[in-house]
Amino acid sequence: MSGDALEFHDLTVAYHIRPVLWDVDLAVPEGRLAAIIGPNGAGKSTLLKAALDLVPLASGYVRVFGRPYRDVRRRVAYVPQRESVDWDFPASVADVVLMGRYGQAGWFRRPGRKDRRLAHEALERVGMAEYADRQISRLSGGQQQRTFLARALAQDADLYVMDEPFAGVDAVTERTIVALLRELRDRGRTVLCVQHDLQTVPEYFDWVALLNMRLVACGPVAETFTHENLHLTYGGHSAILERAATTLLKGQRGR
Amino acid sequence: MFDATLITVMAGASLLGLVSGALGCFAVLKRQSLLGDALAHAALPGVCLAYLSGGVIGVDPKHPLLLLGGALATAWVGTLLILSITRTTRIRQDAALGVVLSVFFGAGIVLLTFLQHGGAGAGQAGLDKFLFGQAASLVPRDVFLMAVLGALVLLTLAIFFRPFQLIVFDPVYASSQGIPVRRFEILLTTLIVVAVVVGLQTVGVVLMAAMVVTPAAAARQWTDRLLTMVVLAAVIGALAGGTGAFVSALARRVPTGPLVVLSATALLGLSLLLAPRRGLAWAAVRRLRNRRRVRVENLLKDLWRLGERDGRYAAPRAVSDVLAVRAAPRTAIDQARGAGLVAVTGPLVQLTSAGLERAARVVRNHRIWELYLARRLDIAADHVHRDAEDMEHALDDEVLEAIDRALGRPTVDPHGRPIPRGVPA
Repeated sequence: MSGDALEFHDLTVAYHIRPVLWDVDLAVPEGRLAAIIGPNGAGKSTLLKAALDLVPLASGYVRVFGRPYRDVRRRVAYVPQRESVDWDFPASVADVVLMGRYGQAGWFRRPGRKDRRLAHEALERVGMAEYADRQISRLSGGQQQRTFLARALAQDADLYVMDEPFAGVDAVTERTIVALLRELRDRGRTVLCVQHDLQTVPEYFDWVALLNMRLVACGPVAETFTHENLHLTYGGHSAILERAATTLLKGQRGR
Repeated sequence: MFDATLITVMAGASLLGLVSGALGCFAVLKRQSLLGDALAHAALPGVCLAYLSGGVIGVDPKHPLLLLGGALATAWVGTLLILSITRTTRIRQDAALGVVLSVFFGAGIVLLTFLQHGGAGAGQAGLDKFLFGQAASLVPRDVFLMAVLGALVLLTLAIFFRPFQLIVFDPVYASSQGIPVRRFEILLTTLIVVAVVVGLQTVGVVLMAAMVVTPAAAARQWTDRLLTMVVLAAVIGALAGGTGAFVSALARRVPTGPLVVLSATALLGLSLLLAPRRGLAWAAVRRLRNRRRVRVENLLKDLWRLGERDGRYAAPRAVSDVLAVRAAPRTAIDQARGAGLVAVTGPLVQLTSAGLERAARVVRNHRIWELYLARRLDIAADHVHRDAEDMEHALDDEVLEAIDRALGRPTVDPHGRPIPRGVPA
């Protein structure tokens, strides 16, 4: 645990003039299995996207392993929400997993033997090896999630950023994912998940950030996942906060 | 009959089908099918303006390079307009498409009418072929230009195939991997613009969109792989183009565009009907087979139940009695006999050993499922029978084994009847 895998400094993100994240200072130490929790609309997914340089920042900066994201892209694997793509796309499970190798293999080169081997290993680790040739529209929700996970594993990254990996999956998939995340952590990798289900947080994760537009608290689960912090995060302050922030941003634009 | 002119015309029409078929796959998968329509219409004023400017600057106003250049220019402007309207205003893409399509097409028609009536002193400019297409007007010079543009488009597509695949399937992930998604989207749209413009003289602006959408939709029926789909769509497009041009050359007064589109649609119809797995014909065959199987299994079950009364499971029964149980047609018996499950002697029918085994399994499945419904889902015992009747044919062995285990290998169903565990001696 040498340093921080991910650091957000004074981060503000706004869609049009509606602020989504406001003055967030957050550092996720390396080698952690970390969860981001917070109510709907708290900006959890946006925080992930900000880390991956996918949304414009209104202010602040993000460092990944101490560097700008574009310098360390290959060390980061992203698992988007399952619903974000059209699963009727003409591709097999193996095709999707191989997409995880494009970045390493070069965009125009055919994936080589090594890429295929890594893709196959990734499928084995999520228990999907026998589905490699299956058309992706014929997968269950849990199998789709495991396919996305395999694509990220095929990247062989140091930081895994996942948007609700447990959303709408079956019990078998959930167990597979948990075991896999622990294995990654035990090998020194860092995992950061947006997590919806609060009950499983203490069991699955060892580090947590509570977010509701602003950072409420962050740290090891044992100290941070407290009633008081949860109340601060999920209590009814968000509406007032949002109005105040909107007014403030409007004022800045008007100047 | 295949003179040099016809070969030129068919080559040109096949070429346009090839290119628009391949590119169309990406438009369809990106759910931008109608973008092709809008930008084809947007090309019309460009053609007219190019013709006009040709007269002004003193080059051959009908030179294909000039006309295609003009078409490309306004189609491009139209596309950019659609994208920027969608991005900067609250107008959605479909509305933006509609607005841009009609404005550009309207302007194109005004210009065209002006030119056709000798406004520029050009007399019959012959530009009306760009409306509905006239393959017969293709000369080798045109086809050569189409081939060069088409080759450029396909080559670019081949080089960037992987990034294109990724930005269409999952643009957000692509972006996280450092692909310049916006730039690739613009490149892809540009290729689609070129593919559409290549076909304008042959198919016309009004129907060109069909050549983008139809071959891709047809190809999708046959395959679940993107590369195969692109190749197939190109082949289907080329076939439709060649056929349409051939027929239009025979029937001289019919414009080529509608005929090419009709050929493509016929191929789509065939694909929808015949493609394995997705095809409607196969679905009908599967349904028929399934209905037959259910009928045979029900017959076996009825024979088994008759056997339960007197303990003689394989005893011959009167055909009429067996059929009377659920008013089954006589063909059920013929089908069961064809499968070796029953033997028929005169008016009597009895289970063979294979039939006995199968009957035991069907009855077991039915009763286990009934018990499961009654115990685990709290459905009243007198309601479970019909539900089980439908499910017993559909459940696979794996699921049933799991249910059986969960219920602790029960011996009787909710009605107190025994659950068969093997074939009686």
